[in-house]
Amino acid sequence: MDRLWESSPFSMNKQEKSEFYSEKLAELTQKHSQGCILYKRFLENLKFSLNKVYAPEEYPFIPVRLFKDYELLSVDKSEIIKTMTSSGTTGQQVSKIFLDRKTSANQTKALIKITSEFLGKSRLPMLIIDSKKTVSDRRLFSARGAGILGFSMLGHNLTYALDENMELNTETVGNFLDKHKGEKIFLFGFTYMIWAHFYKKLACLNEKFDLSNGILLHGGGFKKLQDEAVDNETYKSELKRVCGIEKVYNYYGMVEQTGSIFMECEHGRLHASNFSDIFIRNPKDFSICEKGEKGLIQLVSVLPESYPGTSILTEDIGEITGWDDCPCGRYGKTFKIYGRIKKAEARGCSDTYERK
Amino acid sequence: MSVNKVEIILGLDEPKAYISEVYSDEVCRFSDDLSKWLRKNKDACAFPDIMAVAFWLRKGNIEKMKKEFYDGKIHMGRGLIFHITPSNVPVNFIFSYFFGLLSGNSNIVRIPSKKFPQTDILCKAVKEVLQNDDYTNIRDNTMFITYERDKEINDYYSHICDGRIIWGGDGTINTIRKSEIKPKAVEVVFADRYSFGVIQSEKILSMTEKEILNLARGFYNDTYIMDQNACSTPHCIFWLGNKAKEASEIFWNVVKKEEEKYTFEAIKAVDKYTDLCHTAMERTDIEEIKIYGNFLYVVRLFGVPDDMEALRGKYGMFFECGIKSLNDISNSITEKSQTMIYYGIDENILRDFITKSCLKGIDRIVPFGNALDIGVLWDGYDIIRSLSRVVDIRK
Repeated sequence: MDRLWESSPFSMNKQEKSEFYSEKLAELTQKHSQGCILYKRFLENLKFSLNKVYAPEEYPFIPVRLFKDYELLSVDKSEIIKTMTSSGTTGQQVSKIFLDRKTSANQTKALIKITSEFLGKSRLPMLIIDSKKTVSDRRLFSARGAGILGFSMLGHNLTYALDENMELNTETVGNFLDKHKGEKIFLFGFTYMIWAHFYKKLACLNEKFDLSNGILLHGGGFKKLQDEAVDNETYKSELKRVCGIEKVYNYYGMVEQTGSIFMECEHGRLHASNFSDIFIRNPKDFSICEKGEKGLIQLVSVLPESYPGTSILTEDIGEITGWDDCPCGRYGKTFKIYGRIKKAEARGCSDTYERK
Repeated sequence: MSVNKVEIILGLDEPKAYISEVYSDEVCRFSDDLSKWLRKNKDACAFPDIMAVAFWLRKGNIEKMKKEFYDGKIHMGRGLIFHITPSNVPVNFIFSYFFGLLSGNSNIVRIPSKKFPQTDILCKAVKEVLQNDDYTNIRDNTMFITYERDKEINDYYSHICDGRIIWGGDGTINTIRKSEIKPKAVEVVFADRYSFGVIQSEKILSMTEKEILNLARGFYNDTYIMDQNACSTPHCIFWLGNKAKEASEIFWNVVKKEEEKYTFEAIKAVDKYTDLCHTAMERTDIEEIKIYGNFLYVVRLFGVPDDMEALRGKYGMFFECGIKSLNDISNSITEKSQTMIYYGIDENILRDFITKSCLKGIDRIVPFGNALDIGVLWDGYDIIRSLSRVVDIRK
């Protein structure tokens, strides 16, 4: 692990990464097997040997939904210092992710390391495109709140751009910009929220804010924006039009693998860092998809030690676009996301009287 | 009742309770006409499940059922039947409607608010065929309705009916039962059920390749056609005799060949793999998990578990285990057990097993390929007898 902390976060080439992940995943799989009886049974029943070193793509993965169905821990419960929750969709059961001191600290360290590639080494004044209510109101506390808290560590002079009704607070934003005139500014928020509550307001303002010094990081997915036919390109160009911001980076990540996020580079490609890997699997047999072939996204992270979330099968569809060959010069796989898989309408004869 | 919450798809605001003899000529002719309409309609022909309905409705089949039913006594309808039909089997409501008609009754059929293309085609067919004045009695006494779940409306129709049919399993039954029916009214309910299969293992070893392929095709129709989600779809296969492992090996490899027929969306892969992970994490009696791509997962158990009915899969995940005699499973049979599909077992052995084992369940024993064939004998009911009354005339 030490080499990961010492080197730059996108420095491992294909061969180095394969070798490192083969070993590292063997170690982590063994750790989870020793600490989590359910995971151990899963490995045994799928005839997975703990005494063997496999190729990175041969290690088993578990569906993210299992974190909703079970409390999965690889350490004693007394060592847990933080439990992260997320509700995938409203009204459903929540995922529970158990963090011990080490995993939690590593998540923060990895997040700082990865984002510093884009934000620079020093902390920047931070404008959060959300309402303070999202983090302060415990009843509303969600993956969004957790995301804001996690990324807050990357900035200083934290300022919320939206009021509690999710309306743009032009005075607050104006004051913030005056105060940090000429400085680089870090903006953070969720893809859709930024569009609906920030971009749309900015577009109607008479006096434009100048955010040409800003660097925006956003995540959460374009799903809702698809209805408005807004893709990543439009998103970036429209934001630039209304406030002059040039550096807009999307990230991809999930609460099950906090920290080791995937960042979009200057060339619009999402990158796996040294801390994570991605495989695209054919739904028919889970075989590995070739570059350019769409399939289910499997995510691998070397950070989770207190829960068996090292290798997870998501419900997203994606495609590998390259490996070690991005014009931005960063190593690792690059990929595209196509959003969530469609819900199935199961046939059968139960559930006649539809639930609401 | 707030009438405006009910959408009438077909029929009058309130049918009278017209009563006829079971298998009346008018109903039998209507059935055959409807069958013809469907078989001639281009839209209808695109749906295999509608074609199965059309096949069931044709004269030959109805007359055969009538003959089998006849016992020399007089059977009359009870009056008005209120049907609650399932939301995820598109054609089921037509079967339910005909069970009501053939048993001499008037019918109010609640069609689920979630509609399939099949729903519209079938409703249109019924509407058009009923325009024929030969069918005025049926026309005036048929009502297809739809409404969002609403206790008040359930109360109303339950109160006026003489019989109620509830499809859709335990949850629906419990909800609808909160609405009272008349003391004399009857009820036919289709609760959550469990089905399984038994194969004489030695037979598989002596079958020709073609015979095994036919068996596998029958199995495919019993399971994958309905995403392994129908109450009569088997979840577990018991290998009877001494060649369990060998037979299993041959059988599943042939089933795997049916893969091309099945539409396997990404969500099914994730759902199914999630089920497999649950099983692998929770069960301690797994001998082996066999993975034939994502199309077919087979979980072999060391022995028949007490919680047999917890062994459930979706989209093609099956359990299996070897047994020496049918008696090995009798302790795991409960009132939930519905269909046993079988291959290679002598009828006398099956009869013996049912009559001598004092079982609470197993209502249907059918060959592979017939698990989903719905009929007037279903779920342990003789539906026509249940919805009609017998008139005793003595000399």
